[in-house]
Amino acid sequence: MRLVFLSIFGLGFWAFIFFMLYRLLRYFRGVQEIGPLLAGKLLGLILVGFFSILMLSNIITALSSFFLARDLDLLASAPVDWLKLYMAKLIETLVHSSWMVVLMAIPMFAAYGVVYSGGPLFPLIVIASFLPFLMVPTIVGSALTLLLVNLFPARRTRDILSVIAVLAAGGIVVMFRLVRPERLARPEGFRSLVDFITILRGPTSPLLPSEWVERAVMSWLNVKTDLLPYYLLWSTAAAAFVLGAILHRSLYAKGFSKAQESGERWAHNGRMTRIGTILLRPFGIVRRELVMKEVRLFFRDTTQWSQLILLGVLVMVYVFNIKFLPLRGTGLTFFLVNAVPFLNLVLAGFVLASVAARFIFPGVSLEGRTFWLLRSSPMSMKQLLWSKFWVGTLPLLVLALAIVGVTDYLLQVSPFMMAVSIFSITLMTLGLAGLAIGFGTLFPQFETENAAQIPTSFGGLIFMMTSIALIGAVVVLEAKPVYAYLSAQAFGTPATTSDMVLGFGSAGLLCAAATLIPITVALKKLENQG
Amino acid sequence: MIELRGLTKRYGSFTAVNNIDLSVPRGELFGFLGPNGAGKTTTLRMIAGILRPTSGTVHIGGIDLAAQPTAAKSKLGFVPDRPFIYEKLSGSEFLRFVAGLYNQEGPQIEHRARELLALFDLEEWRDELVESYSHGMRQKLIISSAFVHRPEVIVVDEPMVGLDPKAARILKDLFKEYTRRDHTIMMSTHTLEVAETMCDRIAIMQGGVIRAAGTMAELRANAEDGTAGLEDIFLRLTGENAARALVDVLNA
Repeated sequence: MRLVFLSIFGLGFWAFIFFMLYRLLRYFRGVQEIGPLLAGKLLGLILVGFFSILMLSNIITALSSFFLARDLDLLASAPVDWLKLYMAKLIETLVHSSWMVVLMAIPMFAAYGVVYSGGPLFPLIVIASFLPFLMVPTIVGSALTLLLVNLFPARRTRDILSVIAVLAAGGIVVMFRLVRPERLARPEGFRSLVDFITILRGPTSPLLPSEWVERAVMSWLNVKTDLLPYYLLWSTAAAAFVLGAILHRSLYAKGFSKAQESGERWAHNGRMTRIGTILLRPFGIVRRELVMKEVRLFFRDTTQWSQLILLGVLVMVYVFNIKFLPLRGTGLTFFLVNAVPFLNLVLAGFVLASVAARFIFPGVSLEGRTFWLLRSSPMSMKQLLWSKFWVGTLPLLVLALAIVGVTDYLLQVSPFMMAVSIFSITLMTLGLAGLAIGFGTLFPQFETENAAQIPTSFGGLIFMMTSIALIGAVVVLEAKPVYAYLSAQAFGTPATTSDMVLGFGSAGLLCAAATLIPITVALKKLENQG
Repeated sequence: MIELRGLTKRYGSFTAVNNIDLSVPRGELFGFLGPNGAGKTTTLRMIAGILRPTSGTVHIGGIDLAAQPTAAKSKLGFVPDRPFIYEKLSGSEFLRFVAGLYNQEGPQIEHRARELLALFDLEEWRDELVESYSHGMRQKLIISSAFVHRPEVIVVDEPMVGLDPKAARILKDLFKEYTRRDHTIMMSTHTLEVAETMCDRIAIMQGGVIRAAGTMAELRANAEDGTAGLEDIFLRLTGENAARALVDVLNA
């Protein structure tokens, strides 16, 4: 069942990427002269993105596979040859950090192959160029991790890496926005066609393997023979491997030993505990202790809160894009101006669903091995779930209201649309948090140590799909009364209150059901477990 | 104080615990012995309310655990066999959190927590995060957490594993003093010497059933040889082909 579901979802995802790219490439193909250049440039941009993701994920994965994995004690005490260990761990790192990029690359290369008639040998060309492209970041990332672990203890390194990775990811997003890749599709924005073609012809980053893969693939598709990129790719991978192996032999034993040391970590208390104790006093001892525990665990685990930085960057990018929407000027109808804040609700809903997936969904899973304590105590599972619900929901609600409030302010929406937005986003937030707690409990990942991996599980996928359905349903239910109201405003047609009550009432009921039903079902499961 | 009636736990077709009847009165230190996979941990986890029995009942202090779990569990402290606790809490925060789960707080809890940490030589680690504790230190912290809310019954699974000799000695004295004060302790152990010297009564489990139960004198009397030690009785009841297997293994 799970396999079938995942296969359907995966195929759907592949089909989506394939057809999007297929249509775009067909369009490029129809453009004289610059068409192939545009296709190559697009491929180069995607590959640079892949390369950045691969570098980051390899550095983080290498830390786990080379220094923190559970099998390392056994391997370190066994008479295993250092080169074999290095290669085995390198392959493990490569597979764990690259599978997602490979999954995304398959439909992408397929689209290029189909549109430019790559022929039956095209997959081999892709493999011959893409494999060393995956190997280089794995070897370089592992070497960087090795150097870092030799400088800091592994647990500290993990904290430092999480922050670096997140800042770097945020930086990539911001840079991507600054480069504005979409302008490449609009040549009229350049001073002259010559300028445009010069930019297209010039290599973006001649020293990066992404450029070599692009050259290898595009030369094959344009029926030219260019062997240089293959030499560059394979010789770089081989040289990196040799240097990586030398580094591994001289530094790994020292680094591994250092990785066993845990950084000295003291719990800093005082003001936060006192304020928390006073604020939570009305809720009773059990709830207070549960909430305080959640907050402490969250802020002391760098892998948890560091992703908030990335989230902040994403929200900033989103808000900025809203700010620069050309919503004033001629040719824009009253309806279009008012439809944007409504669509804004959908996008804000998606942001909230991803935040809920990352921070609320893993709540019960993270109790995992400590569940014995909660289950043997007289505390009820109801108290546990609702505490987790409110600890996650209140910050989410603040974020939701901030996103919608600021974007609506920037869009200068009418008071009516502002009220609709705030009403809807509040209900949606409660519904999304309920779904996150519910599905997180129904599909727990008790054995996972890294909270960031939990949302990528099967349960996480179901949660995201249900969330999207909820957001869609709320918007559809509210669309009719909002349209009727706006019509009444614009043309003086009578607006019926029954439409309003029905639309907003049913959206409200749906969100209430999304909040309560999953938590009730989850509660039943927890109470009957064992 | 602990009453088990027809307690059974099945996992699919496998029966881990089969129709156990047992009564442990107030003030008794009761020991569970048995080979690996005998069903001891499953039984203790059912008594602690972590696992639900397939059939049968558990009463703690006369309260049905299934019907009134909150009331029954508030009389109980549990120490699991593996010391998994929140890595990002400090020792003293963990004790405060556990007391909170039992709806207890205030200066008395703080005082008790300090005393317990001092007893197990954890005082200087009290504000350090659990992630830097060793296995034995975690075990000591969990044992402390079972005492911090002063339960009437303590259920403890393999308490001696990972403890240094000094802590093991302290724990034995603590258990004796606790039962002398009319509290009840039920523990499982593989250390026969511990069971023989500490427990008022012992049950030997195998294959999910209790093969023998009683005081040391009763167990000896029931054994064919009236002078046998607990090890002899244990091996006789649970199978003694270990020596033959060893020779085969080493010759293989």
